Amino acid sequence: MKIHEYQAKGVFRDHGVPVPRGIVASTPAEAKAAAVELGGGTVVVKSQIHAGGRGKGTFQNADGQQVMRPAGDKPLGGVVVVSGPDEAEQIAGLMLGNTLVTHQTGPEGRVVKKLLIEEGMDIKREFYLAVLLDREVGGPMFIASAEGGMDIETVAAERPDAIKKVAVDPKAGFSGWVGRRLAFELGLDERVKETGKLVAALHKCFMSTDASMVEVNPLVETGDGRVLALDAKVSFDDNALYRHPDLKELRDLDEEDPLEVEASKHNLNYIKLDGSVGCMVNGAGLAMGTMDIIKFHGGSPANFLDVGGGANTEMVTQAFQIILGDPNVKAVLINIFGGIMRCDVVAEGVVAAAKKVGVEVPVVVRLEGTNVEKGREILQNSGLDFIVANGMKDAAEKVVAAAGGN
Amino acid sequence: MAVLVDNNTRLLVQGLTGREGTFHTGQAKAYGTQVVAGVTPGKGGQEVEGTPVFNTVAEAVRETGANASVIFVPPPFAADAILEATDAGLPLVVCITEGIPALDMMKVMSVVDSSETRLIGPNCPGIITPEQCKIGIMPGHIHKAGPVGVVSRSGTLTYEAVGQLTGLGIGQSTCVGIGGDPIIGTTFTDMLELYEADSDTEVVVMIGEIGGNAEEQAADYVKAHMSKPVVAFIAGQTAPPGRRMGHAGAIISGGKGTASEKMKALRAAGIHVVDTPATIGDKVKEVMGR
Repeated sequence: MKIHEYQAKGVFRDHGVPVPRGIVASTPAEAKAAAVELGGGTVVVKSQIHAGGRGKGTFQNADGQQVMRPAGDKPLGGVVVVSGPDEAEQIAGLMLGNTLVTHQTGPEGRVVKKLLIEEGMDIKREFYLAVLLDREVGGPMFIASAEGGMDIETVAAERPDAIKKVAVDPKAGFSGWVGRRLAFELGLDERVKETGKLVAALHKCFMSTDASMVEVNPLVETGDGRVLALDAKVSFDDNALYRHPDLKELRDLDEEDPLEVEASKHNLNYIKLDGSVGCMVNGAGLAMGTMDIIKFHGGSPANFLDVGGGANTEMVTQAFQIILGDPNVKAVLINIFGGIMRCDVVAEGVVAAAKKVGVEVPVVVRLEGTNVEKGREILQNSGLDFIVANGMKDAAEKVVAAAGGN
Repeated sequence: MAVLVDNNTRLLVQGLTGREGTFHTGQAKAYGTQVVAGVTPGKGGQEVEGTPVFNTVAEAVRETGANASVIFVPPPFAADAILEATDAGLPLVVCITEGIPALDMMKVMSVVDSSETRLIGPNCPGIITPEQCKIGIMPGHIHKAGPVGVVSRSGTLTYEAVGQLTGLGIGQSTCVGIGGDPIIGTTFTDMLELYEADSDTEVVVMIGEIGGNAEEQAADYVKAHMSKPVVAFIAGQTAPPGRRMGHAGAIISGGKGTASEKMKALRAAGIHVVDTPATIGDKVKEVMGR
């Protein structure tokens, strides 16, 4: 689960990770009041959306036109430094309710509903610092770079030597040398104490919230000798949310695809993609494999959907409704490997669900496993227009043809 | 010979009295697995369909000589169940449970790694040596004894591969689902070592997916140590970056862990990589020269 920057900074503060003073605003008037409260001088107005790349993003208004800065000289970005309360109010008015498009949002962008108004900083140097769960180490790993503010993937690709990694031993836990080593490797020799404290606090934050990643980009050293997190990005391990009811509250459904939100309510694992072949599969691996084979045969998957091990009528019905809720879907492929689950039961579920939902696009069904003959019979005698397939290759070819791909 | 489990395996079920535990234990017994004990704290002394239930793993091992455990315990308690089984000295622990927090697994692995216990999973279908011993939730009847070892991060995709093999008349030595989580007990490389040493295994099918670099490590092992042919498929060639594809571990993060880089590494190691899951069986047949 991802959260907003302002929420992540709240979590940082709770764990003693230093961050700039900031106030959240939902209206231009609140933005102005926040700037006043922060001292009336220079503040930064930061759009709150989950996607990254906000600073280099651009805004579109409701008519799809680009939003320019007040001077009209250049496009408005998602993060703007302003001189004081009046300008904060003006910029907030241009951001709130408009759509911010960044390289991570896709062309549709995200509507900005909240802003973080933050005190201006006298920045001396910028760094990158993150902690994530490393599979090989089987524990937390710090990743740092002296190239702050840059996209870490670009740094990793172009100058892999610039990336410093320090693992925390899962058995021994955190130890002070980790922070010291990072400080010296980043060239923060004068700020070893401050950096060490921040690194320790970040580790504590990572562990006690069951995070899967905590990213600070940039981490800054200020002119007055402080080291703090100028940005904050945190994502939590979904499997551990049951023991963090307070963090669960931070979920913002507006940041998620409405069909994915609907699917999650029914315990369906659904991810929307941009193709035309809807997929309903049991098992995550088989669901990925089904998407792959559709692509291999010239089609394009509209979604990932795992109905899970016990695909009953109710779940198949919900899955149908969600898949068909995507207007791009031109055909549906149901691929079920009935293991413990019997194919005749699956077939009955599919027929009942199709009758209930009223499917108007071609549906290709591939069943395999226990009682497969009985299952196919049920589909063929249902009076519905299913296209029955034998094996994954046949299914993929049929559904791609039905979707008009190729 | 087979790998890890056979008809000498004496199985203990942690969470036997739960719905899943009871159902899959019935299936395992019907397949011929020797199920000797169940463990549910507070229900010691009871019986479930003829299987005695104990309060602790240590007691169950002492009383029944169990030498493997399977765990059907809900996620908040599963890490504890693995630790208890490890402490009791069981050589093999198979954890089926999906949804264990990653930090719990971090603690568990730091203990398991310094013990005599081999953990398979979590978030996996289990392990089966066809016609001898079935531990887990896979459908037994699609399997057939034979020379192909199957190792996979996915459940149903394993069934797909096994179904194709059996359909072609090709049996399996031992099939293992190693699990879809980021931190797991047994890796591809561990299994490849076991298959390489197993006289019953002639060919290995390896089914990977996006996320992490376990497939790349397996490729290094195959290149350096493996004499037996390996056929592989990597799921998630069409998966978008940054999205978790069902399994907790199936995610392309920071541009790493893509299917294409895994396929490239596997091919460079001389592994027979197929483009779609539909041709796994055919490729094995071709490699075996049948």
